[in-house]
Amino acid sequence: MNRTPSERADVCIVGAGPAGGLMADRLVSRGHDVVVLEAGPRFDADYDDRVQRMERSIRPAHGPDSVWEMGGERDAYESTGEKYYPLNAARVKGVGGSTLHWQGMVMRLHEQDFRLESETGVGADWPIAYDDLQSYYAEAEDELGVAGASDNPFAPPREQPHPQPAFEPSYSDSLFAEACEDLEIGTHSVPNARLSEGREGRSACVGYGTCQPVCPSGAKYDATVHVERAEESGARIVDRAPVQRLEHDDAGERVTAAVYATPNGEEHRQEAREFVLAAGGVENPRLLLLSESEQYPDGLANSSGLVGKFFHDHLFAGAGGTLDEPTRQNHVGFNTTESHQFYDQPADGSRGAIKLEFLNYAGPSPVEMALGGDDWGDAMLDRIKENYGTHVAVGALVEQEPREENRIRLHTERTDDHGNPVPDVVWSLSNHERRTIERANEIQHRILDELGADVEWTVGPENTGPAFHHMGTTRMGEDPESSVVDAQLRTHDLGNLTVASSSVFPTGGAMNPTLTIAALALKAADHVDERL
Amino acid sequence: MELTRRDVLAALAASGAAVGAGISLTSDPGEGSVGEHEVATLVAVAHLVYPSEVEGVESFVRRYSIERVRDRPEYAQGVADAVAVLDEYSRTWADADFADLDTERADRTLSGFEVDTADPDPEGSDRERVRYYLVNELLYALFSTPTGGEIAGIENPQGHPGGTTSYQRGPE
Repeated sequence: MNRTPSERADVCIVGAGPAGGLMADRLVSRGHDVVVLEAGPRFDADYDDRVQRMERSIRPAHGPDSVWEMGGERDAYESTGEKYYPLNAARVKGVGGSTLHWQGMVMRLHEQDFRLESETGVGADWPIAYDDLQSYYAEAEDELGVAGASDNPFAPPREQPHPQPAFEPSYSDSLFAEACEDLEIGTHSVPNARLSEGREGRSACVGYGTCQPVCPSGAKYDATVHVERAEESGARIVDRAPVQRLEHDDAGERVTAAVYATPNGEEHRQEAREFVLAAGGVENPRLLLLSESEQYPDGLANSSGLVGKFFHDHLFAGAGGTLDEPTRQNHVGFNTTESHQFYDQPADGSRGAIKLEFLNYAGPSPVEMALGGDDWGDAMLDRIKENYGTHVAVGALVEQEPREENRIRLHTERTDDHGNPVPDVVWSLSNHERRTIERANEIQHRILDELGADVEWTVGPENTGPAFHHMGTTRMGEDPESSVVDAQLRTHDLGNLTVASSSVFPTGGAMNPTLTIAALALKAADHVDERL
Repeated sequence: MELTRRDVLAALAASGAAVGAGISLTSDPGEGSVGEHEVATLVAVAHLVYPSEVEGVESFVRRYSIERVRDRPEYAQGVADAVAVLDEYSRTWADADFADLDTERADRTLSGFEVDTADPDPEGSDRERVRYYLVNELLYALFSTPTGGEIAGIENPQGHPGGTTSYQRGPE
């Protein structure tokens, strides 16, 4: 493959995940010359390759990072904060980005999320309101092919139905719905970025049950959809081309080139009129920090000193156990019922947002038990029958506050395969977050008790982990002293540099971030288009 | 419960082998590292590791295994190496190739080799490779099929594209 730079490019996009893919598709459709530089490979997109990756994900011999080939020197990192952060489990490098392994849950943020500080005194306000993003949310839902229903009484206003009908509730949802009704907890459908009906050559979901980390049918949206469409319209996609640094002009006002490496050891400069960073909440700040210059000794677009800071994620809280009746789990790998009743925060800011999820894959699946046991034949089958079929679980995403001390920084000693300092994830939990997790656990236990479940496990403040949503590291705001990008997602410091990613979220609520990433990317594409 | 041609196709589909509904499934291993002896060994392992209520094991394993390694010479070599390793152990401790042992001696041999407690690893120790290429290979094939799933209580097991209706149904 020719990996030399394009002679003329209007836009150079770094990263071929959902933000990069959507922006490339939108900008090329408006007549602009677009080059996308992707650090990872272009995975074989055929069905058989996906099925083989699925097998790797099910069979215990292969670690989860190996399914999409993460790890090694390229992806080296450190985690030096109070709490360990398993970074390579949280991302995929390659055309499609982390949507290759994501779960595919796509909710809009609530109106309160955009004005959290004003309403509760905690967190930060966004420089835009829900109204500013509402039409982009609708476009994003259409682009991703979201299957959903308008039955969520807690959701923000929407202008039209989802583009695809929602997936019907599961059998276990019906058990939860009854218990929740008795407790006056409202339940509703889940918007899923997976097709419930075939569309544009893509299959409807056929129930492989392995959505995360791989959907062989292609029903689950991943960003290869938009990257490939952009390419068909004339965009150029260069894979295995990790960007090493950005260069700027003498005035320090504009980015002039993205310097990238290729597998044969060469380095190239891709020049363009506009640049977009779409490499996620870890690599975006890392690249800005790596692009230090005489004029910007602390890194590019970092006159606020906030690049990499305010890193936050969503925290998992959960509880589960067994009933004395069948619950029919693990037929599919996605959820069909949630409750957003505890999402909006009280005015005193005493807890963060909580999003409850009723799992359709509680407990081990038979194939996993068969492959992981130390018995076989009838003894194995007895064990499987004893352990499969009666599990239930309620999960939750819990909001994490953006705090300056949680950050992505360059590690001072360790370097990657190109000699660049690796990302160092500094991550910890606050007491406020612990209290919110405890509150989520309380609600989960009430529901499970009402259901008559024998509660066997709880993920609480002491054993919580991240949901792999990297936010806050190039935060958006009006004031250049307290933010990195403006409401157009353009950096305050450099006029032709856009950051399209959850890294711009000032706060993250408790909704899975990709729909908001997609909506912001479409908004940013409009702004870049206007400037061109 | 009887394993059928439909199960062979389902197991192959879950392994990424390029098969269509109209494919003709052969029972002849032909040329390659997985020959008649390797297939016979896989059948013998399956008789041991599959639950006793599973019927049609020989036909299922034979047709699955032959198609599974077609166009995958590296994987075929892994299977053949694992068979050789198992045979060596079997000849040392039971004076015969594994495929020639009766069920009781086969069980003693496989357990004696500590394959039951070994971690499956395609690049690991002898017993780990036997676990990966023979035992887990066969268990994955069985439990990603509708029949294997049903034995365990699930009509649409992970790895099988069984549609989006079974998850909605209550227990029978």
